Amino acid sequence: MTQSVVVQVGQCGNQIGCCFWDLALREHAAVNQKGIYDEAISSFFRNVDTRVVGDGGSISKGKICSLKARAVLIDMEEGVVNEILQGPLRDVFDNKQLITDISGSGNNWAVGHKVFGSLYQEQILEKLRKSAEHCDCLQCFFIIHSMGGGTGSGLGTFLLKVLEDEFPEVYRFVTSVYPSGEDDVITSPYNSILAMKELNEHADCVLPIDNQSLFDIISKIDLMVNSGKLGTTVKPKSLVTSSAEALKKQHQKPFDGMNNIVANLLLNLTSSARFEGSLNMDLNEISMNLVPFPQLHYLVSSLTPLYTLADVNIPTRRLDQMFSDAFSKDHQLIRADPKHSLYLACALMVRGNVQVSDLRRNIERLKPSLQFISWNQEGWKTSLCSVPPVGHSHSLLALANNTCVKPTFMELRERFMRLYKKKAHLHHYLQIEGMEESCFAEAVSSVSGLIEEYKQLDATLGTPVEDLPRLSVAV
Amino acid sequence: MSIVTVQLGQCGNQIGFEVFDALYNDSHCPQGLCSKRENEVYQESCKERFFSEEENGVPVARAVLVDMEPKVINQTLSKAAQSGQWKYGQHSCFCQKQGSGNNWAYGYSVHGPRHEEPIMNLIQKEVEKCDCLSGFFIIMSMAGGTGSGLGAFITQNLQDQYSNALKMNQIIWPYGTGEVIVQNYNSILTLSHLYRSSDALLVHENDAVHKICAKLMNIKQISFRDINQVLAHQLGSVFQPTYSMEGSYHYRRNPLGGFKDPELYTSWLAPVNAFSAWKTQRAFRKYEKSAALVSNSQFLLKPLDTIVGKAWNMFASKAYIHQYTKFGIEEEDFLDSFTLLEQVVASYCNV
Repeated sequence: MTQSVVVQVGQCGNQIGCCFWDLALREHAAVNQKGIYDEAISSFFRNVDTRVVGDGGSISKGKICSLKARAVLIDMEEGVVNEILQGPLRDVFDNKQLITDISGSGNNWAVGHKVFGSLYQEQILEKLRKSAEHCDCLQCFFIIHSMGGGTGSGLGTFLLKVLEDEFPEVYRFVTSVYPSGEDDVITSPYNSILAMKELNEHADCVLPIDNQSLFDIISKIDLMVNSGKLGTTVKPKSLVTSSAEALKKQHQKPFDGMNNIVANLLLNLTSSARFEGSLNMDLNEISMNLVPFPQLHYLVSSLTPLYTLADVNIPTRRLDQMFSDAFSKDHQLIRADPKHSLYLACALMVRGNVQVSDLRRNIERLKPSLQFISWNQEGWKTSLCSVPPVGHSHSLLALANNTCVKPTFMELRERFMRLYKKKAHLHHYLQIEGMEESCFAEAVSSVSGLIEEYKQLDATLGTPVEDLPRLSVAV
Repeated sequence: MSIVTVQLGQCGNQIGFEVFDALYNDSHCPQGLCSKRENEVYQESCKERFFSEEENGVPVARAVLVDMEPKVINQTLSKAAQSGQWKYGQHSCFCQKQGSGNNWAYGYSVHGPRHEEPIMNLIQKEVEKCDCLSGFFIIMSMAGGTGSGLGAFITQNLQDQYSNALKMNQIIWPYGTGEVIVQNYNSILTLSHLYRSSDALLVHENDAVHKICAKLMNIKQISFRDINQVLAHQLGSVFQPTYSMEGSYHYRRNPLGGFKDPELYTSWLAPVNAFSAWKTQRAFRKYEKSAALVSNSQFLLKPLDTIVGKAWNMFASKAYIHQYTKFGIEEEDFLDSFTLLEQVVASYCNV
């Protein structure tokens, strides 16, 4: 069993991270009835005897004493992290695993990446090494950040290079929140494009998310709950909402519900690695199967169900509905149109009482409406995990490597160019030591290269699938 | 004569458990639908093959369990122990933490050499427990990373170390439509390597067994457990003792003996020689009459051809190749595999 470390950077990253830890604790509490520290829990938590001062407190087996998250929290202003440390999760985080500053990055990628990067490089390395030492077998770093701001975007991507150099064998999975069209941060296109270059070069796998999609999903859930549709009620214990009170308050904190969705994504992504099942899927298998070429590592994710079904004994029709939903745009965490683009690969990670025949039946059913690239016509990777998420009887996470991300990147580049042509706000960046106009040129060139690769693949859409001539051998 | 089983990867271990369970239940079935003496002789003959007798009379499977991550082995061990009837040896497993990531290259080039010694030692220990070793039965899948890659590596090692013993590989052919995206690459690499080091490849296709479950057994929601149990039943009926030349009451000593020539039966071979029928009076697992057919025919030509074709298409676009070259499997290795398998396909075609 392997361990993963979560590195949450910036306001967005830390808020999502906080939701993640809350849900992870609840999931393990629901599954682990006996309070024994087992391998599943150890993937994200350490077991610590808090009476021991210093480092010696780790307990590897036996009863759960005090759980500490395998996390590093980084933010260049104190507000968010302080709130976490005063909130209900304060005991889950180790005080020594924080890096904070006071002034913030001013929504400036260059400040985050160059200034704070060099200022905190040593500390960052030290905390990461510490967290790695606590792991028996570290397999993956999960980085959570946003692309549009300064800290998450700049310092978050600075981290990637550090991780690649220091821990080359450990996977880097990045959950990136992309700015929506109506983003209120004017410089978000600059920050995002500058960050994209780093993601292209140093991430193993990126799960792009956008706030608009999350917001739409939450609105839909609210609609279902408020309309009181027969048979669909959100169970209070469900992990879609973080607590029953939040439900009643009608999401006073709008980001809470949205962050929970991303947190659910991470939980479901790792479920087959943590829990048993008849067809397991580890994190290294995600990269192996879904990344056919090193640059093309952007995966569109969709989660179902987002609201629970009233009864547990689901007749087959409802189960099939879950599969259909996973391929509907309403359940995606990023706005894109995979059905009208080309699939390079697709993974279905199922949790709960679903068997291989259900999987196969649905793949057969959905295949005709999806277009797969010629050399990967049966490009499906599947996994079955026996443990369902809390409050549901089953769930499905679909990860698709699809050319539908191309328009998102093109749009981002568009917005970037509109600012860049006028040199708007450029001086804020150029005045930072180490930043030159060439940085911008290189970044946009990197994104253009990526778009070009997707374009070439798209060009094969619609051409008939031909088998290539085989080797002929003498017998 | 005994057989040592090596179960590799999630698939190998899940199936291995069902096989031992089936074998145990059959040999200890009091109702043989035959005379008492017949039954006793049968049970005697069963005894030494797959289980060894150990402390407090609980039979211990002659098996080595190998996996590169712990979840499945833990489950398998506890399922066996829970049955209360038979179990796996306490120290018969080898486990790591990280898995092979569905990567044949990782299983073969990294895990193989790294863990060669402890795994071969475990196998050696099992062999030493046998009075007379008839051969090895290696259960693995082709689609993943551990069963396929590490399985190929281990089989090669067994070839080198125990060249006199028979090696039979039970390989699981994946569903045509994706369990694993790189399954075609993993499959061709496995097959080409096994061809050089295995004595016999017993093939079960997931698609075929799935159909059996659906059409013949009418199971509504088929799970991997169902599939594995059908498989185990088939394997069990092949491996249990049958009459040897001397007729009634004398059972063949070597369960794997008849598989010694994997030659093609061509048209100029008289039918009576081409077909070996083994029989026994004693019923298998409460079925009054049962027959198991193991054939070497052109049956597998089509699936093999399909897999080679799909792998070739993918290879032409160089998709996923970087994942393999990272661990030392270069494009030439792929080409070698393709060449060998095309030859096999051509040979079967020419029969």
